[in-house]
Amino acid sequence: MDKKTLVIGVIGADVHAVGIQILAYAFAEAGFEVINLGVMVSQEEYIEAAIESAADAIVVSSLYGHGELDCRGLREKCDEAGLTNILLYVGGNIVVGKQPFEEVEKRFRAMGFSRVFGPGTPPEAAIAALKEDLYGARP
Amino acid sequence: MKSVLLIDFGSTYTKATAVDMDDARIIGTASSYTTAETDIGEGLDRALGTLFEKTGPLAFAERYACSSAAGGLRMIACGLVPSLTVEAARRAALGAGAKIARVYSYELMREDTEEIASLSPDILLLTGGTDGGNRANIVQNAEALAGVPGDFPIVIAGNRAAAAECKRLLENSGHEAIVCANVMPVFNRLNIAPVREVIRGLFLRRIVRAKGLSRQQGLVDGILMPTPAAVLAALELLSKGVGGARGLGDLVAVDLGGATTDVYSIADGLPSGASTMLKGLPEPHAKRTVEGDIGMRYSAAGVAEAAGMAKLCGLSGLPAGEIEGLLALFREKPGVLPGANESLARLDTALASAAMEIGLIRHAGTLERVYTPAGMTYVQTGKDLTRVGTLLLTGGSLVHGGSADRIARYALESGDEPSSLKPREARVVLDRQYIVAAMGLLGEYYPQAAFAMMQRSFQVA
Repeated sequence: MDKKTLVIGVIGADVHAVGIQILAYAFAEAGFEVINLGVMVSQEEYIEAAIESAADAIVVSSLYGHGELDCRGLREKCDEAGLTNILLYVGGNIVVGKQPFEEVEKRFRAMGFSRVFGPGTPPEAAIAALKEDLYGARP
Repeated sequence: MKSVLLIDFGSTYTKATAVDMDDARIIGTASSYTTAETDIGEGLDRALGTLFEKTGPLAFAERYACSSAAGGLRMIACGLVPSLTVEAARRAALGAGAKIARVYSYELMREDTEEIASLSPDILLLTGGTDGGNRANIVQNAEALAGVPGDFPIVIAGNRAAAAECKRLLENSGHEAIVCANVMPVFNRLNIAPVREVIRGLFLRRIVRAKGLSRQQGLVDGILMPTPAAVLAALELLSKGVGGARGLGDLVAVDLGGATTDVYSIADGLPSGASTMLKGLPEPHAKRTVEGDIGMRYSAAGVAEAAGMAKLCGLSGLPAGEIEGLLALFREKPGVLPGANESLARLDTALASAAMEIGLIRHAGTLERVYTPAGMTYVQTGKDLTRVGTLLLTGGSLVHGGSADRIARYALESGDEPSSLKPREARVVLDRQYIVAAMGLLGEYYPQAAFAMMQRSFQVA
């Protein structure tokens, strides 16, 4: 199995710096090549990093509740930049307040995200999903 | 007495510096017009004639030269994403002392390859992709370049996984292709030293000969590097020190020329505040930028454009009409010097002040205040040079102008661009004898002596 490359980071004006480090560590331990852009990452930065490194997935993290606004148009920009069919994940406290997760997931799916993870998701869940989507591995 | 001759074949002037190695001192300096079109040796002979008038005849044990004559080292850089490998390639080329003719990002189109053929660079730098990252782009561009006529060498410094294929594609087309370590091996890590070395090797082996500078090879023990690379080497030595002698630490230098303004910094420039986040491509410790649109003569109109006429009027105390007239005069006679012309002298000071300010602002990073739901935070892009201790001024217009200190003070203290992280309180040091490039050359073989001479000449011992 060749190593798959992930571009990860916390989107928008979000400065939550700890969780993304834990994710970077967990993904690397799980055998992925991880490009961690850290906090306050713009959509363009994810895309540029993904182009240059020929990434297989972009994993967006958001914890401050404004994720929905920050994530809008990311899929369209990826398409425009030639990253067609790149895997897009998003997870964290991605919306304002408490909303039923099914609805949130639906909205983010409609925005073009391949997978949506709610608050409190352990890294293992994302790793299992990545393995399934990138290597076709069944959990 | 063992004396060494150091020559800088500049684009306009050929400068000769004679040094005495026994007691590490500068014997004398002289300059004359560069004669690149005919025989570059003529200009050198004239400069030496002037030198010997001052010093008496000298026999040189060694002679070294650097050159930016005959157009300098003209390079084209290609990469993938503009803010990533393209920027890394640009920095590598500038650090090697090149003049950047053009940069290209993403795929090279037919128009681009035609333009490359007509620009006919001295070297082309081909980058793109991190190691193991995107390989389609650089391979495609190598294929496109293979069809470009001309025998300029191509340095391949992109995705390692594609290097061999690029080399094969290019060599089949008759271009010399040299594989070098990736300028960005890992995302957002800059690796420009290997490219600098390869470019320097090519400069020695091919460019010097191609430009007819090698006719001097008999007279000179070697044209070692492009002039800007010599300046950068001297500044690194001055900053770092040598042996037991401590260097000056972080420093910035400005070379104000007729056509361009070169700015150098030897500093990491990391954020000073704990709550400041650093964004963008990492900066090289020794960094050079070139502002092609601002200069004292050929590019004087560019200064007016970048700074605004109102600012030049304010700085010089001259009405706009008079400034327009003088700028027109520069276009006609770029060699004109102020002499007894009071207005021209005032405009020169204003142009130098504005050019230095703009050059420093463009070279240095910026600090932005960002409001987040978690409160206010700062984002730094580029180098923080606010705490740099020394600002070295070189270049004819500053060295001979007489008001260098006032010009530098203005550029340091001006607060027109509050987000800029340009130097603020640096002490101003003047390269009075115009020796910095010569010392970069000498430092290749005699770093101790070069350092001591700079300390004395710049009065920073």
